[in-house]
Amino acid sequence: MGRLSYLAVLAGCLLGTLPLEVWLGTRVYRRPRRWLLAVAPTFVLFVGWDLYATSRQHWSYDPRQTTGVLLPGRLPVEEALFFLVVPTCAILAFEAVRAVRGWPAGDEPGSAAEPETGAEPVSGAEPVSGAEPVSGAEPVSGAEPVSGAEPEP
Amino acid sequence: MTYTQLAVLAAAAAVLVDTVLLRTRLLRRRLYWTGYAIVLVFQLLANGILAGRGIVRYDPHAILGPRLAYAPVEDLLFGFAMVTLTLSVWVWLGSQGEDRPRAARRRRTAARARPGSATAARRVRRTDTRRSNTR
Repeated sequence: MGRLSYLAVLAGCLLGTLPLEVWLGTRVYRRPRRWLLAVAPTFVLFVGWDLYATSRQHWSYDPRQTTGVLLPGRLPVEEALFFLVVPTCAILAFEAVRAVRGWPAGDEPGSAAEPETGAEPVSGAEPVSGAEPVSGAEPVSGAEPVSGAEPEP
Repeated sequence: MTYTQLAVLAAAAAVLVDTVLLRTRLLRRRLYWTGYAIVLVFQLLANGILAGRGIVRYDPHAILGPRLAYAPVEDLLFGFAMVTLTLSVWVWLGSQGEDRPRAARRRRTAARARPGSATAARRVRRTDTRRSNTR
């Protein structure tokens, strides 16, 4: 593989996670604005870390296994791409689990993390106390194991 | 600072982002931990190739020494910090209505700028819907 070794690892990450977007409907690449905004802080902070680490020789790259294309700060282009590819793969994995299991993340419309919709009047659904003694009863804890185990956001 | 110190610092900072700064509280969700477990497996694989083949080489003086799948244990904290920060920002953006059409986002921002006008903003949106229905 030679000088393309590092690039090949990154390509493997992207190709390996592509089925999640295509078949599980993770909709990460199809929300480019949110995707790029989510990756941006990680990219900036970790590139900064990388520049510091390489300047102090915490780690270094094998010139025979990288393309040799260097960005400012002598940062191999592969290393910069790493900080885009890996966070993207993490989001894809996260969304894939959500797509398969349906577990909440806290960003769903109507969740408490979204104040505006959370403030939507739910009071109408509140049963008048005593009017419906059966449905007004306390729900048995653990009756809904999936949502019950999730902490209220 | 050594890689070890920076890795501990980064992991702690990522936890603070999730719990205090953005309050996404992902660390309390099984969705997060399941996703992280999957990422971890592939991190060990990809990192194992990078470190095992010597594509990335570490200075023995900057790390503790123990290695997991050829990579220094510090890489676990490095990965944890990267994944946690990214997912926290991702979920935070979603909770801010990042997926919604731009017009709805703008209205929401305007509503937030004027406290107490959320109801008014909602009323406006309902009117919009009604209008578009008759169109």
